[in-house]
Amino acid sequence: MHAYPRWKIWLILITLVLSVMASLPNVTSVPSWWPSSLSKPMNLGLDLKGGIHLVVDVDVDVAVAHNVEEEVSTVRSILRQHKIRYKKLDAKGHSILLTLKNSSDHEKALALLKDALPKYSVEGQGGSFVFTVTEAEAKEIKHNAVEQSIEVIRQRIDALGTTEPVIARQGERRILVEIPGFNDSAAAKALIGRTAVLEFKLVDEKGDLDQALQGNIPPGDIIVYGKEEIRNGKPFKQPYLLKKRTELSGSLVADARVSIDSRYNEHAVTLKFNSKGARTFDRLTKAHVGERFAIILEGEVNSAPVIRERISGGSAQITGSFTASEAHNLAIVLRAGALPAPVKIVEERSIGPSLGQDSIDEGFNSIIIGSIMVLIFMLIYYKLFGLVANIALIFNMLLIVAVMSMIGATLTLPGMAGIVLTIGMAVDANVLIFERIREELNIGKTPLAAIDSGYAKAFSTIVDANITTLIAAIVLFQFGTGPVKGFAVTLSVGIIASMFTAIMVTRAIIALTTENRGRIKKLSI
Amino acid sequence: MQLINPNSKIDFLGKRKIALGISAFMLFISLIALVPSIRGLNFGIDFTGGSLVEVQFKQAPNIADIREAISPAGYGHAIIQTFGSPEEIIIRVQNKGNSDSSSVSTAILSALKNKFGDQQIDMRRVEFVGPQVGEELTKAGISAVGIAMLAILVYVTFRFELRFALGADAALLHDVMIVLGVFALLGKEFSLPVVAAILAVIGYSLNDTIVVFDRIRENLAANSKLKNPLDEVDVCNASVNQTLSRTLMTSFTTLLVVFALFFLGGEVIHGFAFALLVGIGVGTYSSIFIASPIMLSLAGRFRSSDEELAEMDARP
Repeated sequence: MHAYPRWKIWLILITLVLSVMASLPNVTSVPSWWPSSLSKPMNLGLDLKGGIHLVVDVDVDVAVAHNVEEEVSTVRSILRQHKIRYKKLDAKGHSILLTLKNSSDHEKALALLKDALPKYSVEGQGGSFVFTVTEAEAKEIKHNAVEQSIEVIRQRIDALGTTEPVIARQGERRILVEIPGFNDSAAAKALIGRTAVLEFKLVDEKGDLDQALQGNIPPGDIIVYGKEEIRNGKPFKQPYLLKKRTELSGSLVADARVSIDSRYNEHAVTLKFNSKGARTFDRLTKAHVGERFAIILEGEVNSAPVIRERISGGSAQITGSFTASEAHNLAIVLRAGALPAPVKIVEERSIGPSLGQDSIDEGFNSIIIGSIMVLIFMLIYYKLFGLVANIALIFNMLLIVAVMSMIGATLTLPGMAGIVLTIGMAVDANVLIFERIREELNIGKTPLAAIDSGYAKAFSTIVDANITTLIAAIVLFQFGTGPVKGFAVTLSVGIIASMFTAIMVTRAIIALTTENRGRIKKLSI
Repeated sequence: MQLINPNSKIDFLGKRKIALGISAFMLFISLIALVPSIRGLNFGIDFTGGSLVEVQFKQAPNIADIREAISPAGYGHAIIQTFGSPEEIIIRVQNKGNSDSSSVSTAILSALKNKFGDQQIDMRRVEFVGPQVGEELTKAGISAVGIAMLAILVYVTFRFELRFALGADAALLHDVMIVLGVFALLGKEFSLPVVAAILAVIGYSLNDTIVVFDRIRENLAANSKLKNPLDEVDVCNASVNQTLSRTLMTSFTTLLVVFALFFLGGEVIHGFAFALLVGIGVGTYSSIFIASPIMLSLAGRFRSSDEELAEMDARP
């Protein structure tokens, strides 16, 4: 047998030292001079440390529809400005439908509106138009809606004061929200799911509510209902006849804080408008003293107080028999602003802290017990060679922990199962080699020649066998989510690490221990 | 120490008819069990969609009391089971229509807290899978298993020959079907981690098969250089025997750790560990008894029996 190449020994030693250094942050804190790339402990998955995992779906089509509706007002004001009269002006899905009174205005209107709506395609003749949002623009609106929603949700979650929440886009219209160490799933969902659309509209004091409820809604008005309450033992919603026009919206709110309503000694939320909002509010209250002003929260009239006097301070109060936490949550969502589109929670996987800890303990126990059994078995079955394989196995586990820590991978419960499985499979390479050496000895080769050809012949088998397992692990990584992905990660890392330890490390140990001993008569295998 | 005789000369391929018979029987039972109207797989909420709430009580509660507590909220039809220990309770509810189902768990938890008191219960786990997500996960699961098999077929064809690849995939399909069949027969919950376990079984079973095939390839190459080459069937038999000790040793060490996982890993990954346990058992069997015969019969390498030859001679 030739002398074992020194560079391989150095490579193994350096890997060993780096592995120990990179694994250390998982057990103890490291000094400040420790290389920063080796100072990170493994991330624990939510299923191990407990926390909230939510997938939120953003209804992006609504964002596009909102956009189209806004453009309808643009069209309306342009037509008014140029005294072009129309019969019909409506939003329908991604389109604006417009019919003019006089088809002679067609060319004039077309020229004006084409300029005003550059991101719409237009079709039409004889005074009828259909403006449709272009594909590219619709995509852009949808994209922005998700981005904005991420921002809004981030601000709301940050207000919870938890550490390291993850809020990230997932696919085209979904948002992943992870809040480690937080287990009030109901509160988190309530906070995320609210659109928090806040609008101020004037009550139409002259309109006839009863007539409107019959279906004769005065032009420019809408009916909005209040919160459901129980009246005379039956559920009841108070209807309000309001002006369609939104005078003020939540986007002009600069701050929202929980306050105590002095009259009823109840929790309330005090809004502070920004300068533009304050000016509008001032002008509005001045012009409409004595009228009612409806505060509409998420499509329901929250209250409709009478404007007693001009309010110039730029603040308003929302009351409504809130509990302390309701008021607190409302203040948070109003501060963070409204979501650009409604959201829906489509998936939740939340783990309580006690289950997380139990999983850590159980996963850890199975790794320890499983490896002890394998170590004992290998030692009995392959004697000294088994011992060598065991050293490689321990090195392998160290390497898995080190690599997982360095690449910032997340350890999950299935991930721990992956480590357990890797232990079983890592010794496979050694079993293959040792069985081959035994065979070579049986056909009468000398011990050193048997070792040489054992390693040589087993090598391609090991590579083939491991690559196929790796294929399965990679497919799993592609398709899996969360914890399952963690299994694919540890399995892949484990397979690759095992190729290094089971082949190179055992070979080096065997080479170094047999090198200077002249003729070896018998192997302890 | 050596448990398996290194010079074993078991005629595995000669017993292929028995083995194929056993496999055909197991596959038949599995297929029958997988028919939804007969038994079918017990899909978890990962695939059906729905809500799951796991709570731990200080004292073992009465299932009837729990049902009573959540009935007013409209969940009287929920599936309520103990999970591992009598204090640990799992409540499962299917998705219903278009209502905002993510609030189901909240309603259940608050109903339980009202009835038993805040101190009595500890929220362990809340899962909710919307109907759309359930559908997506089902598709992803099926395509993952499909893609894995296809990728393996390509790799093995590239490294060996097509007949080896087909033999390996046949063995894989065999293993996957039987694991699924066992899950259907025992009514064990089929969840996302179980799919992960099945993919691991695919990787493992293949690993086993590849080792045998590798030896067959090596021996066939040596055989073709001989003056009087042996029959391929005999070469295969010898190869399976030569690798037998390794196949069994590796399965044994892997089963050791999977047993540790099964008994100590906790209730959450019980199904996962169970799938591995069954899969590794079946995978070991199939790489010895199924993969090689199929590989050979695809190449038409089995000699016909004397009777069959006589019959053929008798034909005009």
